[in-house]
Amino acid sequence: MPFEWFVALRYLRDGKAQTALILAAVSVGVAVIVFLSALINGLQVSLIDKTLGAQAHVTLRAPRESPTALAFDAPGRAISRSVQPASQRLRSIDQWPAIMAGVEREPGVVAASPMVVGAGFAVRSDATCPVVVRGVDPERFLSIVDLRKKVVAGRFDVSGDNIVIGAALASDLGVFVGDKIHVTTTEGGDEVATISGVFALGNEPVDKAWVVTSLKQAQALYALPGGATTIELKVREVFEAESIAQSVRDRTGLDVVSWMKQNAELLAGLSAQSRSKNLIEFFVVVAVALGIASVLIVSVVQKSREIGILRAVGTPSRRVLLVFLIEGGVLGLCGSVVGSLLGSLLSKLFESLARGDDGAPKFPVQLDLELFVFATAVATGVGLLSAVIPARRASRLDPATAIRNG
Amino acid sequence: MVEPLLRVDGVVKEYGRGVLTRALDDVNLTLAGGEFAALIGPSGSGKSTLLNVIGLLDSPTRGRVLVGGTVATGQSERSLTALRARTLGFVFQFHHLLPAFTALENVMLPAWGDAGFASAEMMARARELLVDVGLGDCAGRRITQLSGGQQQRVAIARALSRRPPLILADEPTGNLDTASAEAVLLLMRRFNRELGTTFLIVTHDPRIADRCDRVIEIVDGRIRSDGPPGLASAGGSAAPVSVARTAP
Repeated sequence: MPFEWFVALRYLRDGKAQTALILAAVSVGVAVIVFLSALINGLQVSLIDKTLGAQAHVTLRAPRESPTALAFDAPGRAISRSVQPASQRLRSIDQWPAIMAGVEREPGVVAASPMVVGAGFAVRSDATCPVVVRGVDPERFLSIVDLRKKVVAGRFDVSGDNIVIGAALASDLGVFVGDKIHVTTTEGGDEVATISGVFALGNEPVDKAWVVTSLKQAQALYALPGGATTIELKVREVFEAESIAQSVRDRTGLDVVSWMKQNAELLAGLSAQSRSKNLIEFFVVVAVALGIASVLIVSVVQKSREIGILRAVGTPSRRVLLVFLIEGGVLGLCGSVVGSLLGSLLSKLFESLARGDDGAPKFPVQLDLELFVFATAVATGVGLLSAVIPARRASRLDPATAIRNG
Repeated sequence: MVEPLLRVDGVVKEYGRGVLTRALDDVNLTLAGGEFAALIGPSGSGKSTLLNVIGLLDSPTRGRVLVGGTVATGQSERSLTALRARTLGFVFQFHHLLPAFTALENVMLPAWGDAGFASAEMMARARELLVDVGLGDCAGRRITQLSGGQQQRVAIARALSRRPPLILADEPTGNLDTASAEAVLLLMRRFNRELGTTFLIVTHDPRIADRCDRVIEIVDGRIRSDGPPGLASAGGSAAPVSVARTAP
């Protein structure tokens, strides 16, 4: 074993109480970082999952209609005119199959689904409820929003005149699986549909309004034969949705929005949460660094006579420097391993203690390898850095003075 | 002319700022290979300062120190450390062994700290030295488990571990009972005769000084007398010598 390692490990072993104390401090610091990160990451992932449960990552629509002015200003001639915004009607995306095939090849896009989305009413005897009709290609739609998992009665089937509706809507209408309702649209369409399934997404506006039908039936309801008003996309990395939306917008000229734009407030909240987490972690890291540095400084003072002896018998100062750097690094590394375990245990314990009515954890935690690698690298780096001052101090000790006064 | 093992040329050592304390005042000294010399003098006379300067642990304000023909004065800390490791061994009054290490590890320390790695040869040499100083069965024991005399013998073994031509001993028996002091002195004498190692021993004890081949007396930072022990005591004119001999 190299001399520096031998001496460093022997000193750590010899000063048991001191080593244990600083290891405990580093471990607690790392455990706090791991626990906090696991909790906040878990909460964020769960929040985003919930948000995106009923929402596509990127939505493409036909561009908004805008009026064209008939008269223009010309040099030396100003005219007075009034341009009124055009009223928007439901339109199909021009050449949607070709556009969809194009965006499916866009890097990062994992699924695309054409839809006809429009407003309408669900009517059953006296009850009339405003609804959002979503005509879908079932296979493609389910790869974006997996409604099958959320079906609470019946099954997901939109073939023929079958429809699937939200649980709150079913309750408002007083209908069950197998019942028939009228679906009328703002475009004058009117069809009788059979309820094949009822879903509950846990999102009130969706559960109260969605009527999911086949693309064909919706095309008939809105008089858009062969059309699709919307193309929804699912992307691999949810936080890349906005950049993908931008690229699709540039390529197609359509009206393209990402979930990030639609949930800007949520994102601002998440980012504020991340910043507070980083701030707390920063102070924990500072506290850990001060702890390691102070213990090592005390150790250098206590051992100055021994350092003087090492130097007097011919140990080069760089080896003395290394001894203390190794001590700092080892304390950081061991502390981070113990701290990671402690943090994981704490996170799991916390997750298992707080559970909702459905048995799912209220505070889901996310522990991944990246977090442990990060915590270990930070603690070891901090250990090394905080050892720099004491180590330099030790290596610069004058042997004669150290032996005389030490 | 053969270069002496140690040459101290006009060394002056001053301490302090503003009010200067001159600890050494124009000290000239040479030591040849194989000498067994004592450095005596009253407390505060500059013995330890001279030993530190000779041991390259402290640099002189003026003058120079040559060890084995190499001018040590003015060299970088790194080359001083290397020179120290190559040519000098130290035995201190309070042994200055590392308590966290075993006797064997302490003896290996000088060679080990210099090379960076412990070799089988290093270990064998250290064991041999421990056997030589009569502590063959204490190799694996911690320093704190050894008696004062045993610790000082480990310190001598450590000083000898790199076979340095010169060993500087600062009050090596100062802390020991008579029997242990005698054992330590005999040990140093034996290595001086068998290996030809030069010893310079700082001592307060006249019995130790009397048994050296040469006694150098230092008073107020200057060398007062330098010669065989009989001569120094017969010379008797120098009061500080008798002071040194009666001092504890």
